Amino acid sequence: MALADVPLADFLSEPLIPYEQDEVTRLIFDTHDAEAFAPIRHLTVGDFRNWLLDSRTSGGVLASLAPGLSPEMAAAVSKLMGLQDLIAVASRIRVVTRFRTTVGLAGRLSARLQPNHPTDDPQGILAAVIDGLSLGSGDAVVGINPAADSVAGVELLLRMLDRLRTRFRIPFQSCVLAHVTTQMEALRRGAPVDLVFQSIAGTEAANASFGVNLALLGEAWHVARELRRGTVGDNVMYFETGQGSALSAGAHHGVDQQTCEARAYAVARQFRPMLVNTVVGFIGPEYLYDGKQIIRAGLEDHFCGKLLGLPMGCDVCYTNHAESDQDDMDALLTLLGNAGVNYVMGVPGADDVMLNYQSTSFHDALYLRALLGLRPAPEFEEWLAGAERELPGMMALLT
Amino acid sequence: MTNLRDFTMARVGLERSGAALATREVLAFRMAHAMARDAVHYPMDTASLQVECAARGLPSLALHSMAVDRLTYLRRPDLGRKLDEWSREALRAHGDSAGCDLAIVVVDGLSALAVHRHALAVLDLLLPQFANAGWSRAELLLVEQGRVAIGDEIGNLLRATLVLVLIGERPGLSSPDSLGAYLTWNPAPGRTDAERNCISNIRTDGLGYREAADRIFALASEARRRQLTGVALKEGRAALPGTQPKVLDTP
Repeated sequence: MALADVPLADFLSEPLIPYEQDEVTRLIFDTHDAEAFAPIRHLTVGDFRNWLLDSRTSGGVLASLAPGLSPEMAAAVSKLMGLQDLIAVASRIRVVTRFRTTVGLAGRLSARLQPNHPTDDPQGILAAVIDGLSLGSGDAVVGINPAADSVAGVELLLRMLDRLRTRFRIPFQSCVLAHVTTQMEALRRGAPVDLVFQSIAGTEAANASFGVNLALLGEAWHVARELRRGTVGDNVMYFETGQGSALSAGAHHGVDQQTCEARAYAVARQFRPMLVNTVVGFIGPEYLYDGKQIIRAGLEDHFCGKLLGLPMGCDVCYTNHAESDQDDMDALLTLLGNAGVNYVMGVPGADDVMLNYQSTSFHDALYLRALLGLRPAPEFEEWLAGAERELPGMMALLT
Repeated sequence: MTNLRDFTMARVGLERSGAALATREVLAFRMAHAMARDAVHYPMDTASLQVECAARGLPSLALHSMAVDRLTYLRRPDLGRKLDEWSREALRAHGDSAGCDLAIVVVDGLSALAVHRHALAVLDLLLPQFANAGWSRAELLLVEQGRVAIGDEIGNLLRATLVLVLIGERPGLSSPDSLGAYLTWNPAPGRTDAERNCISNIRTDGLGYREAADRIFALASEARRRQLTGVALKEGRAALPGTQPKVLDTP
């Protein structure tokens, strides 16, 4: 049977990965909202595409549908959709989250400031943070990928960002993207943890390869919320995903990488995250070979995530062993801006000197905002208006 | 005036025109990308590495993964994780049935350049530490077209309790020659990344040889004491960067 002819309801009676073997499948089935599903329960995958593209299917309708959709349904319909379909439908959906800034509002585009340094040198990181803030990045999060997964290192970097933030009264949330257990240990020792990060995937076995499970994520969500550090909201989780992670861990149960990716979004939405982004070209050419595949995957992930109710951003990126270059990134960035992406990455000069890949730059985010008339998160925009005055004070911290 | 570039090798403080990067910056970026692309396809010269090992009195054995060439390697990571038939046989012939405490595996990964520039320099500082602590060690294994997990099969065949893989990391724009070190306790095919510890960015402008060697040895010692590697094993204070940020000095 062709995919277009498969009834959506079949996905509720035939799990792709056995219920008994996989806690992500159990999560998907146990939390499925039959009432929300009712408006589309009679449709096939092909009909569902038509339904999504119908001009009467508003953002509000799509938002109330989300709890009734399983990730497999989202993945299935996305396979029948061209790039313009993926953009047209996703652009109707707004998913707004809050901590110290409000991310995802209509007419806004945020950026994660990613100031990584190959040896986690705090002054080096601080220099990149100052550069990024002065160019308008950081309203999604100031998020450092540490080179070393050490509790003391995480604590030091979190304290540095917290001090900078409070001293200059900058409305941002910070995050050090170590393993969740490392962040929780830092939190227990009193480190100022805003958002808790974890890489997640769409099967229990793939998550196990990351050293996590649903219970552990639930515990992290609970303790981070209890700190009540947010000022305008309490979305405290930050997740990253990417097609190929389950396959690369040999944990895909024969399911294709794009469906596995959508299943990761079912994991994410359980914890009402502040931020979710696919790191679309990061894993490498064995999963997404060239620019064409990366562009398609970025739009699929953004669409599936939004359809399932997630505040999707995207790390528009590629590695040097993929057949891709900066022109592909310009194309995907521009397409995602039109699709209404919540945030993109701001990496100094688009070159991450720690993770060794190319993402988007502070300048790329500025380009997209200027091109599409988008503005930063409102709280951050207010601070930016007077940021120039603060620059000399921030620079003085370096010398 | 303070220049942001004095504090990091990241591309900060770039010249721009409007929101866009200035021509000079764009051209520099494209040149760096071309160099990184070249590094991916730079072949490992195993013969010359073996000569260098011999000069140090280090016995070594050359192995190859099941990925026959670079294009296969890029498309089929599964083949890069397995030894080819000849290599498996060679290891069986060389393997000491009594096993060993440590097997060190040097792998080209995505940058043979990194291996050529840094692997032996790190080992020069690291091997004496293991020797002094009384670790028994298999001969040095040199692997072409390999991924990190190929160390699992090698360690298993050698009955090593710990495997250290030194491997060329994916080349970055500013770092075509970055070396990574992965430690896996009780190596066997099927180990996951959550069961490993990693020290990355070993290169001239990144983590220096001395610090890299000390951190690898500290992690390995802790792994032996606790009989595990992976997310349950955390690096201690040794991993802390040297400079205290000034922003923390003042109240």
